[in-house]
Amino acid sequence: MDAFINDRQNQILTKGTDDAAIACGKASVAGSVSQRACVFCGSRVVLYPIADALHLIHGPVGCAAYTWDIRGSLSSGPQIHRLSFTTDLKEKEVVFGGEERLYKALISLIETYKPKGAFVYATCIVGVIGDDVEAVCKRVTRETGIDVIAVMSEGFNGTKKDGYKIACGALSKLIGTDTTFKAPEYSLNILGDFNLAGELWMLAEYYKKMGVNLVAAMTGDGRIDDLRKAHTAQLNVVQCSGSMIGLAKEMKEKYGIPFMKVSYFGIEDMSDALYEVAKFFKSDEMMEKARTLVKEELSELLPALAQYRQKLEGKKAAIYVGGAFKAISLVKALRLIGMKTVVVGSQTGNVDDYNLLKEMCDDGTIIVDDSNPNELSEFVKQTGADLFIGGVKERPIAYKLGLGFCDHNHERKEALAGYEGMLNFAKEVHASVCSPVWQFMK
Amino acid sequence: MFENAPIIKSTKEFTATRNACKLCAPLGASVAFKGIRGCVPIIHGGQGCATYIRRYLISHFKEPVDIASSNFTEEATVFGGGANCHTAIKNVIGQYKPEVVALTTTCLSETIGDDVKMYIHEFERDNQSIKDLPRFVTASTPSYQGSHMDGFHEAVASATKTFAKGGEKGTHINIFPGFVSTEDLRQLKYLLSDFGIDYVMVPDYSETLDNPIWNTYKRIPEGGTPVAKIETCGTAAASIEFGTILNFGALSGRVKNNKLSATGAHYLENEFGVKNYRMPLPIGVKNTDRFIKALEEITGKELPIRYQGERGRLIDSYADGHKYIFGKKAVVYGEEDFVIAMTTFLDEIGVEVILAATGGESGRLEEQIRENCPERGEQILAKNMFDYEKIREWSIDNKPDLLVGNSKAYYIARELDIPIVRCGFPIHDRIGGQRIKHLGYSGTQDLFDQVVNAMIQYKQDHSAVGYKYM
Ligand code: SF4
Ligand code: SF4
Repeated sequence: MDAFINDRQNQILTKGTDDAAIACGKASVAGSVSQRACVFCGSRVVLYPIADALHLIHGPVGCAAYTWDIRGSLSSGPQIHRLSFTTDLKEKEVVFGGEERLYKALISLIETYKPKGAFVYATCIVGVIGDDVEAVCKRVTRETGIDVIAVMSEGFNGTKKDGYKIACGALSKLIGTDTTFKAPEYSLNILGDFNLAGELWMLAEYYKKMGVNLVAAMTGDGRIDDLRKAHTAQLNVVQCSGSMIGLAKEMKEKYGIPFMKVSYFGIEDMSDALYEVAKFFKSDEMMEKARTLVKEELSELLPALAQYRQKLEGKKAAIYVGGAFKAISLVKALRLIGMKTVVVGSQTGNVDDYNLLKEMCDDGTIIVDDSNPNELSEFVKQTGADLFIGGVKERPIAYKLGLGFCDHNHERKEALAGYEGMLNFAKEVHASVCSPVWQFMK
Repeated sequence: MFENAPIIKSTKEFTATRNACKLCAPLGASVAFKGIRGCVPIIHGGQGCATYIRRYLISHFKEPVDIASSNFTEEATVFGGGANCHTAIKNVIGQYKPEVVALTTTCLSETIGDDVKMYIHEFERDNQSIKDLPRFVTASTPSYQGSHMDGFHEAVASATKTFAKGGEKGTHINIFPGFVSTEDLRQLKYLLSDFGIDYVMVPDYSETLDNPIWNTYKRIPEGGTPVAKIETCGTAAASIEFGTILNFGALSGRVKNNKLSATGAHYLENEFGVKNYRMPLPIGVKNTDRFIKALEEITGKELPIRYQGERGRLIDSYADGHKYIFGKKAVVYGEEDFVIAMTTFLDEIGVEVILAATGGESGRLEEQIRENCPERGEQILAKNMFDYEKIREWSIDNKPDLLVGNSKAYYIARELDIPIVRCGFPIHDRIGGQRIKHLGYSGTQDLFDQVVNAMIQYKQDHSAVGYKYM
């Protein structure tokens, strides 16, 4: 590993060889081609799916242009979130300040698009030129009557994880502001699902079949007014622990709402997510409904999976995704279709996540935090992986080296959660790993 | 189920940019630097900029695009990015063993007043012990002073200024192709080779951003123009530079003030007396003829027979297809030089361009369109500083038959139920965007076929009969 960056040694370990705990949560080393983005990116991904809000990026054009409609988060109604608004700062504002421009931009946009709320993202440059974004937001709130929330997400101010926190802070400003709503019995909030390819709708449907009501989804197919009511739910189910766990903790403290961590990827985790909810509500009837639901789903899914498992048995996979929690589910889901994980890593995992991964994986599996293309390509070569699971940035590396690829990040257009998602996952993995095109590249 | 964005009168003014029709400067600079052999670009700023830019480029080129970042932290923002810059260079050298390290700044590093030239100087001074120190080149690319195109041309100019040397005149020529597709670059190279011309192309990312399949991962992809060749730019017989707007759009400020001469070719002309042939991108018969004429004039050679055939067939096809497109109304959008060349081409085949729009800020789009489109240039609405929502609103009011440009306006074509001919950059919703051919007679041929067929298909799809003949 000599040509890797030396400072990164302790962010990589091989199960069975290295005993030390992995170092994670560090800022990326300068000069690495990290797959991570910035604080702003973290905030943006969490808040983006709120479809009836105006998302205005205060900064020069790039930060907004690169995040225009990049996620597959669907909305069942308004689509304001899919527009990319930016104050597009010029040199004049950089020298004299951008507050006036921000104010004017907000007023004209709110007047036209009539959003239910607005988020103003501060990017790096704003942190440097010293605009008082909060003050402008307050003023516009006063004048327009809609909540305009400053998201102070200057990119340099930490890592993507810090961006999650800041986004959660923005959400918590809205939560609890509807004081008249009473949630029905058996109601919960879904945290950490972003309705990629309609996944939230699928989950909500499962819960509905069990007799559970959804108060607010955070933030998939999200609505400002639902967020205001979120404090009335009896339970928070949190997926993707990386981004939303902080908010769940806060809501527990503030409103006494307990939370549970779940994952919707793979059969076991998905079913657990349903059973645990039924257990929580201490309803036998609900548990019965959950069992029936799972049975029905599995009776269709398992035979359908068998044919893929047969073809994929013994193939090896490398995983590199945003959150480690997702990586954990993926290891299990891959097992279900007969595949072995030989490399697993994430951009933002914490010590607990990595310990769990270490426990789950076979000896020889490489576990890595905040990796880069050089390392990743080296790992897949060393381990002879047949499949790479990652985001758009990893795709060409996989293809260049002649191995299959499955997109498992925020930009994907295929639903991979739930039972239906598990089948889609198997199909997609199969379509890539078993394609005859690789014969020309070995 | 899905709601479209509200329909707004195209006359309403917004302070905000809504779906920007431009990108930021370090993106363009990174692409240009990728066209130098063995070069690793480092974006000096926050990590997000580099990651976003990589993601954006990867989605178009479908290639690994390694661009490092100096990963600004809060500390760097307060005390200056020198330490980060040095660590970044060191780590890039360690990992990639590059021939060239290119530093491109961002809004952030420019605003806090980082002096990357000085950092490089310090680095070279303090690291004499590293053997094979790479060459360095920088580009000053804060986005608030211009778009990705300004960044691109800034990088080209900077590489030329940094490396070119004078000396005894040679017979080779310089070619500055601008931000075109990798296939365009390859086609240009074939043409120049067939012409028997020795050339230096700056930049040449035809391979670095469009590599064949690999057996082993290559830290730095093959291809690119070697520095040693760029050094000879100063002794070339002439330069050919595509584009008439180039980076003249960059707004006032430090970048502009530092600029002794705007583009690479301009610099070579001033500094070494290398005659510059500046012209629009060779799209369309007239623009390509102009390019070929320049080549013939410089070299005293005649266009190889193969290309004469291409030209003949192109004009023959103009006859075959002209009726299907005559008077059709098109909206052309994208970066300025692309829009100008594309509009000229559509003008010469009888398509009525009703709007030529760009997010670029040169303020010269209109003048250039008038100058280059003799057919109906006067009637074309040419707009600088437009964004996609303005294009959308204007199109809803004015009902074009066709959109011509990158994939980002697909949503507008979809809403209006009209065809879109995808070309330019970026193409994010199809494979092969990097292989789209635009330039020369054969590139024009591809575009012409696409435009005509788009109109025929539209008619066919919307016809109750579904004729099997045209
Ligand atoms: S506009 Fe400036 S700050 Fe934003 S991504 Fe581009 S370089 Fe970075
Ligand atoms: S300028 Fe800052 S906020 Fe914007 S993309 Fe770059 S690092 Fe992120």
